[in-house]
Amino acid sequence: MITTLNLELKDVPGQLVEALEPFSKYGTNIISVAHHREKKTPKGTVPVEISVETDSEEEDKERLDEVIAELEERGVEIVSVGKERLEESFSIIMIGHIVHKGIREMIDLIDDTGFAEVIDLDLSMPGINERSSARFFIKAAGKKYASKTVELMEEAAEEKDLKIIKEMNI
Amino acid sequence: MSAKVAIAGFGTVGQEVARVLLNKSKNLKNILGLDFSVVFVSDSSGSVVKNDGINLKRILKCKKEKGSVTEVEKQTSKLKTYEDSSVPSIDYDVLIECTPTNIKDGEPGMSNMLNALKQGKDVVTSNKGPLVLDWMSLKNAAKSNNAKLKFEAAVGGAMPVINLANDALIGNEIKSVRGIFNGTCNYILSRMTAESLSYGQVLSEAQDLGIAETDPTYDVEGIDTALKVAIIANAVMGMDASYDDVKTEGIVGITPEALKLAKEDNKVVKLIGEVENGNLEVAPKLVPAEHPLAVGGTLNVASIKTDLAGEITVTGRGAGAKETASSILSDLISISKMRKN
Repeated sequence: MITTLNLELKDVPGQLVEALEPFSKYGTNIISVAHHREKKTPKGTVPVEISVETDSEEEDKERLDEVIAELEERGVEIVSVGKERLEESFSIIMIGHIVHKGIREMIDLIDDTGFAEVIDLDLSMPGINERSSARFFIKAAGKKYASKTVELMEEAAEEKDLKIIKEMNI
Repeated sequence: MSAKVAIAGFGTVGQEVARVLLNKSKNLKNILGLDFSVVFVSDSSGSVVKNDGINLKRILKCKKEKGSVTEVEKQTSKLKTYEDSSVPSIDYDVLIECTPTNIKDGEPGMSNMLNALKQGKDVVTSNKGPLVLDWMSLKNAAKSNNAKLKFEAAVGGAMPVINLANDALIGNEIKSVRGIFNGTCNYILSRMTAESLSYGQVLSEAQDLGIAETDPTYDVEGIDTALKVAIIANAVMGMDASYDDVKTEGIVGITPEALKLAKEDNKVVKLIGEVENGNLEVAPKLVPAEHPLAVGGTLNVASIKTDLAGEITVTGRGAGAKETASSILSDLISISKMRKN
């Protein structure tokens, strides 16, 4: 999972290092730092966007809370802690009378989890009485949520008597 | 050194083993110093015993022409035939057990193997049934009687999996083993993908070619793969797993449209058997088209993940009499070499 922090730094030397130090102190994995000099605010501060990778583990969340607390202590202005982006994508194929048996329900089931969503769906319907095949392309908020989503889909497929083909773990 | 061999089961595999021992006898003697003589052969009709070695050429000819081993002409008084197929109390060193796999009670393989091991005889087998039904009894019988039990031929035909993990990779911690262990399923899925044909069409084609049985249930429902996964879990990862411990799903019901959807995503569908973290599973899976496990046709493939060597992948022909005989021969030689030392 990737979390993005939007900060505003005073436009004086040493501010960026000051803002980055807490991340390294708590061992957070920084993925990118975007220093937007061109978007200087009317207050004269410089927006900085820092993206970090976090597992869905509690431990990682706590670590990030510590980083935020220390940033506040250092007087770094935190504008927002960005929404977690969905990071783990995978596909699943389902076979059967999937259209009759509620393809909409299946999509809702995934979208309603709050940690995964269907971002693409390919459907092949060879004939009215024949079984259809559908490929769901899904994004989830990290590996653990991806396997949780797969479990949910497996349960639903069993209930609806659909055959499921999962991805092999690489 | 010389060793007396008993062959229980004289179907395609048993006959091929006899043929290989016959054809390679010179090389085995000259290069490896091993002189095997077959003193017992059995099939469903009964058995043949000859203490100074059965003439393999003659017994193969007899089986081929008359359909049973007991019809062999008794040219010497030393050769005896029995109506009973079980191994009598004769002097021999290694039992090659290749009676057909029976997953209900494991017989007659189970009794053949247990009796041999209890007498301290070594056993080489291609028979999956007993290994899955009562692995612990066989393992303990071998251990307490200081006998060897080897069964590379039961998993993946010619492809070395068990010996690769237990011998070549010895010292490594085996983290997982996964692969394609059934050539029939792999053939069906590969053909369906390549030709956009239905499951039923490819199945009848496979039956015509002799790749699939008239009753394909055992292969296509994933049962055969599940047995192999359980054997690997027991032999390589020290588990005590049986067929029921494997979560099994076969390839029946897969549509050519599903395979096409997978292909559009640059993936292929393969029946994957795997054992990892104590979980045993057989299921059709989406595999990246360029992944080492994505082999086609009737090929088998196995990938062993270890702590030191990383991931090792082997591929080869999983079925067939010659391929199975190859594994049996290598087990037989390795046992004989161990005894020699």
